[in-house]
Amino acid sequence: MPIGGSAPRQARRMDLAPWALLALPLAFALLFLVYPLQSILRESLVGESASLADLRPLWSDSYYLERLWFTTWQAIVSTGITLALAMPCAYVFAHYDFRGKSLVMAVVTIPFVLPTVVVAVAFSALLGPSGIANSALLQLPGVEAAPIDLSNSIWLILAAHVFYNVALASRIIAASWTTIDPRIGEAAAILGAGRFERFVRVTLPQLRAAILAAGSLVFLFCFTSFGVILILGGPHYSTIETEIYRELIFIFRPPLAAALAMIQLAVTFGFLAVYSSLSRSSGGAATAQRTRVPRSSREAALAATVIVLLLVFTAAPLLALAERSVHSSGGYTLEFYRSLGENVRRQALFITPFRAIWNSLTFAGIATLLALPLGTLTAYGAQKLRPRLGSLVEAFLLLPLGVSAVTLGLGFIITFDEAPLNLRETRWLLIVAHTLAAYPFVARAVSAQLRSIDPRLREAARVLGEGATGVFLRVDLPLIWRSVVVGAVFAFATSMGEFGATLLIARPEWPTLPVAIFRYLGQPGELNYGQALAMSTILMAVTGAGFVIIDRLRVRQLGTF
Amino acid sequence: MRLRLSILLILLVAFSLVASAACGDDDSSGSKTLTLVSHDSFAISEDLLKQFEKDNGATVKVLKKGDAGAMVTSLIFSKKNPEGDVTFGVDNTFLSRALDADLFVPYSSPLLTKVPNDLQADGSNRVTPIDFGYVNFNYDIDALKKANLPVPQRLEDLTDTKYKGLVVVENPASSSPGLAFLTATVDYFSKDGYLAWWKAMRANGLVVVDSWETAYNTNFTLKGGKQPIVLSYATSPAFEQMFAEPARDDAPTANILPPKGAFRQVEYAGILRGTKNEALARKFIDFLLSKAVQEDIPGQMAVYPVNNEAAVPAAFDKFSKVETAPAKVSAAEIASNRDKWIADWTNTVLR
Repeated sequence: MPIGGSAPRQARRMDLAPWALLALPLAFALLFLVYPLQSILRESLVGESASLADLRPLWSDSYYLERLWFTTWQAIVSTGITLALAMPCAYVFAHYDFRGKSLVMAVVTIPFVLPTVVVAVAFSALLGPSGIANSALLQLPGVEAAPIDLSNSIWLILAAHVFYNVALASRIIAASWTTIDPRIGEAAAILGAGRFERFVRVTLPQLRAAILAAGSLVFLFCFTSFGVILILGGPHYSTIETEIYRELIFIFRPPLAAALAMIQLAVTFGFLAVYSSLSRSSGGAATAQRTRVPRSSREAALAATVIVLLLVFTAAPLLALAERSVHSSGGYTLEFYRSLGENVRRQALFITPFRAIWNSLTFAGIATLLALPLGTLTAYGAQKLRPRLGSLVEAFLLLPLGVSAVTLGLGFIITFDEAPLNLRETRWLLIVAHTLAAYPFVARAVSAQLRSIDPRLREAARVLGEGATGVFLRVDLPLIWRSVVVGAVFAFATSMGEFGATLLIARPEWPTLPVAIFRYLGQPGELNYGQALAMSTILMAVTGAGFVIIDRLRVRQLGTF
Repeated sequence: MRLRLSILLILLVAFSLVASAACGDDDSSGSKTLTLVSHDSFAISEDLLKQFEKDNGATVKVLKKGDAGAMVTSLIFSKKNPEGDVTFGVDNTFLSRALDADLFVPYSSPLLTKVPNDLQADGSNRVTPIDFGYVNFNYDIDALKKANLPVPQRLEDLTDTKYKGLVVVENPASSSPGLAFLTATVDYFSKDGYLAWWKAMRANGLVVVDSWETAYNTNFTLKGGKQPIVLSYATSPAFEQMFAEPARDDAPTANILPPKGAFRQVEYAGILRGTKNEALARKFIDFLLSKAVQEDIPGQMAVYPVNNEAAVPAAFDKFSKVETAPAKVSAAEIASNRDKWIADWTNTVLR
């Protein structure tokens, strides 16, 4: 390749290249996010049933300002705790190999897909007045009343947010940690830097992009928190998202709901833009590293302690839930599972567990496959733009993370109802909703890692005669692969657990596992309750198996460059 | 090589998934399709629905839109191009909102002669009553016995310190049964007295949760929670017996039903304005009112039939019989006072 001759052409092409990469994600977001949102917001604000007097409480009552404040601070605190707990876990995941590692990683990620109602039941099965923990403690001499009192409180909200997100943060940070070149740390050690100093001055700066990426995802998860606040927090707490739902569905003041949705979106956008530009500045020197088994007994003890604590925190409630699914008031039984496949009441629209599993897997599979290119293109395109513009574009493309699910669901219904985009009666609308919720996770995971790739590696590859594709396959892909996998895991998880937008656009022909769980939880009777728990346990098992399989999708050869 | 292979594999899986999802998208084989928009709790026997389809040469599609509130909101927003032909599940706490939005085409079913007058919504028959239920307190029989507590007979009893921290209700600002019961207390204690009772309940450790699902599945002692007295439905004890595991002859719970201490929730069906299948939609409403369907839905949806010829399951008569008069609050009264009641309640109980 004649290097001198191609230089000017390359320079001109560089301007268009990022937009070519971004074309697909931008088109997707404009069509399926902006278009339906603007219709529903317009309809809510100036439509027939709108009365602008409904907006008055927004400024006449400090209530909403207080909600915004609460929404923000609980999200900040939740994110801080999650990151603090995720760091040691990420360290262990990134450095050590041990038997059953992918299973452990799968199990601790399962909470991410569980509907909050199910998590509430799981917490109560473990820590409730007649839960496993209290029953065990009551066996002890001298213990009279149930010692653990799990009542609604801000602590329960924070604990639940950490429970949901600690695996997400650990995995994103671990993916980046594995690519840190240990030689820099070794060099610093030779120069006399102590352990702590090396961590602060060598490791942390290189992890910065990943920590910010993980932090921003966790923050937005908590900022738009809905079920956790309503169900676990109790009636004294509410976020902007719960207020939107209440105003839209219960009180029915659409203009107020629309205004709140816009406020939530604006805060999200501002937050993402700032984060995006903060995480840009990290210069990296990533190379692919291999994990190893712990060498000394001290290392083994450290790894074991971290893993056990993480498992106790995340897996214990899941196990308590699974235990309840085989336990009726008559003792241990598999009746709840057996009866799942049996249409006892000869109901129309009966959902067999296999149908629900198959539907969930199909949707999650397709959504993940669509989210992978969309997310990766977003990360690549935005990185190639001028820094400020890139931050804005990236923030825009990540907006699905901050959009109110119920608002978007309604937007879908009133927007895609006519040819040529009559998607309302097809399952594609559902797939689109899942993909929209999923691709930002891929984008965030990948973009964090992209920033830590040393540009000289790419230059070297070019000098060695690799074209653009070659550079991508031989330099970028090996280094971002783990992050792509992490993104895929959470894209898959997001789709498996999606319930917010699905609530309004679900199709009767295609019930998913969360839909089936809700159907059983909605009626009294021990059989219905037991079946809901059995279905939840199936959701946990299927998702966990999915995680293990996705995690295995690593190309060994890519491990070294 | 390994890389290419795995990419190939991923693409292969992708195509097979997309292909399997794409085929069979269209099931319209020339016959008419009637689309019913309903809430998540809608259920009916397959045989009955099949019979209706056969009799009318039509396919019935059921869209479920979350709870009754979510369904009404979604109907209002999509009314220019409605998603369905007929709807079921609007209840008397949400009715005024649906009527104000002019969602329905009136229809007077000939079967309405079998429905008591006081269940009918208004003279113009824009909606047709299909079933009703009662929102009231249930108690866990064993739990009260174990704690040596008498069964409370009146709502006033619940403010006694014996029951401190033992009652859970749903938030009327986020839950349909919560709102229904708040309305009942307005009638039970009068407009001037109901807040005093709620205030006393608060002082007595009343627990408030977001939804029926949380109250019943997490807080209720029957499911391992702390409160043996829960705001639920009059049919819940019958369902506890019918769907017990292992099977049992008695119910583990029972109703607390003082006069005016329950709210009667009526569910309506309506033909959606803009439908191209009005004739078929009428037939569907007749179908819902028919004796066969009316005898089917109690066991499916835990509700009482409106058709006075329809029998209820034996468990309903045994464990869920309602003989006292419910609170009397009209849909219009609810519509004009709902926001104020919720705001006053919130100030009294939560703030």
